[in-house]
Amino acid sequence: MKQPHDILEHVTPLLSVKNLKTYFRSEEGGVIKAVDGASLHIRPKEILGIVGESGSGKSITAMSILRLIPSPPGYFAGGDIVFENESLLAKTQKEMRLIRGKDISMVFQEPMSSLNPAYTVGYQIMENIMLHQKVSKNQALEHAVDMLKLVGIPSPEKRVHDYPFQMSGGMRQRVMVAMALSCQPKLLIADEPTTALDVTIQAQILRLILDTKDKVGSAIMLITHDLGVVAEVCQRVVVMYAGKVVEVAYVNELFNHPAHPYTEGLLSAIPRLDETRDRLTIVPGSIPNPARMPEGCRFHPRCQYADERCRTEQPPLVSPKPGQWVSCWRASGVEGSEADVAATAEA
Amino acid sequence: MAQYILRKLLGAVVVIAGVSLLVFILTRVIGNPVDVMLPLNATAADRVRLAHQLGIDKPILTQLGEFITGVFHGNFGESWYEQQPALSVALERLPFTLELSGIAMALALIFAIPLGVLSALRPRSLLDKVTSTLSMFGICVPNFWLGLVLILIFANTLHWLPTSGVGDWRYLVLPAITMAVLPLGRITQIVRTAMLEQLREPYVVTARSKGLLEFWVVVRHALKNAGISIVTMSGWELGRIIAGYAIAIEAVFGLPGIGSLVVDSIGQQDFPLIQALTFVIATCITLINLLIDMTYPFFNPRLKFK
Repeated sequence: MKQPHDILEHVTPLLSVKNLKTYFRSEEGGVIKAVDGASLHIRPKEILGIVGESGSGKSITAMSILRLIPSPPGYFAGGDIVFENESLLAKTQKEMRLIRGKDISMVFQEPMSSLNPAYTVGYQIMENIMLHQKVSKNQALEHAVDMLKLVGIPSPEKRVHDYPFQMSGGMRQRVMVAMALSCQPKLLIADEPTTALDVTIQAQILRLILDTKDKVGSAIMLITHDLGVVAEVCQRVVVMYAGKVVEVAYVNELFNHPAHPYTEGLLSAIPRLDETRDRLTIVPGSIPNPARMPEGCRFHPRCQYADERCRTEQPPLVSPKPGQWVSCWRASGVEGSEADVAATAEA
Repeated sequence: MAQYILRKLLGAVVVIAGVSLLVFILTRVIGNPVDVMLPLNATAADRVRLAHQLGIDKPILTQLGEFITGVFHGNFGESWYEQQPALSVALERLPFTLELSGIAMALALIFAIPLGVLSALRPRSLLDKVTSTLSMFGICVPNFWLGLVLILIFANTLHWLPTSGVGDWRYLVLPAITMAVLPLGRITQIVRTAMLEQLREPYVVTARSKGLLEFWVVVRHALKNAGISIVTMSGWELGRIIAGYAIAIEAVFGLPGIGSLVVDSIGQQDFPLIQALTFVIATCITLINLLIDMTYPFFNPRLKFK
């Protein structure tokens, strides 16, 4: 059996998140463990999906990678993030600034508010270019126009002088993509890039991200709670629950043979066109309060298979077959001897 | 844009006319200048003669008619005490007050913006708490009292600065500080609130995700969007300085500005001068508001297109 971090023995991962713990000090004095021992990695030019309910720690993981967690109250309580064989957590803010927007860039959920209303879209793209490339203002403007052309904005040499409010939501998200890709990042993190858009526009933006990715050659970490999107575009999927990675698998494998009961629940919650249902299937219960996580497996209060062991002991993240990891006692066998030491070091 | 300014100017004219009319009526209601101008033992005949001389024995509507006709010819009548055109008496005093107010405002902004921004960046930190407490002090303390205390400490006791009057720059230090304290407190709080609001906006995270230096994230991105609130409050405070704080502070420091003239003219019930002063001050304030309005499109480009 393979261990979580050496599954991709053939390819060195572009980025590995190893047992990451991002905590927040709450105002009442407690600690909120928003991400609590998450491990995942992404290979160059790969499209990795990260799914999970709101509050599962997807976005916090993404923000941790860019080291954009506000501190205080946030802090890293353990683990590491390794990008091109260098620890991002060990870097100074100055070193991080050289990586942000250049090697790793991000597209956010809200195209309406993620662009600054007081500056033209061209200025905001140029800002990114001029931060990381030694070019003149005019060259940066030209590059910005090229980027707008690349993301399919009509008459880009005119629209480059537009303010965000002069554009539709879909257009603004195209601008965000243009900005994020303007320095040919090795990794593009897209945090629910289509959630705030109309369905038809969603498809366009997804297509756009995939197309431009091919031109630019970035790996993409696509954070979403839309499993349909995952099925369509991703190669591998990471399922997160309550700050932990509960399952990692290739897309086909995940949809055909979900190993974790939570994944199973998520999949059965997708409405199907070929069935008539009075009610949609749901995963019963709701995600636990991160300040009061349940003992043992964090999913056990909502799990139909939960037994005594699930209530007391956290299951390790193990790999029952190549390319697949799962954190569930049912998958890891009685002994749990294949437990990944790094992933469960805190248990 | 031209149409926008024109509309604003039209509004300004209406405001100035309204204020002038209101003051015209109020002066006629609050007292009789004859009582102030003549000695206590003046005869009834003297009183009637003076009232006739001043033109205040005529029906109020006739007086108003004459006032309005005069205004359209740029004539606010002669000051009863100065024996000179009231408008030129008022305008002569204006530059001094504008200079002092400008210095006070600059002083307030130089401290208010960094303090407000730093407080917003570290809410509930020691700096924030100290700043908030001092701002509240600045807002609450009566400025004429503060002026007296400053004179007592820095002029009478330490002899660093002159107590009152005019001269070189040292004469302006204490009045300008006294004048700046209240706007400083208020603008600091506005900057803090506006910045707290802007720093929560997603575009700030976008700016950080580009690798932008935090200083530029704050100044170029957040502060520009907070600009409208800050500029509005500053314009409002500048108006209050000229039409309010200047009156008390120029009296305390014995300064020859428009504020001390307001006090004198009201004490003497010099109707033409009161009217001219009202007109000048109201014009200043509407002009300030107009200038403030014209900066809005810079902070919110949406307004350029309306």
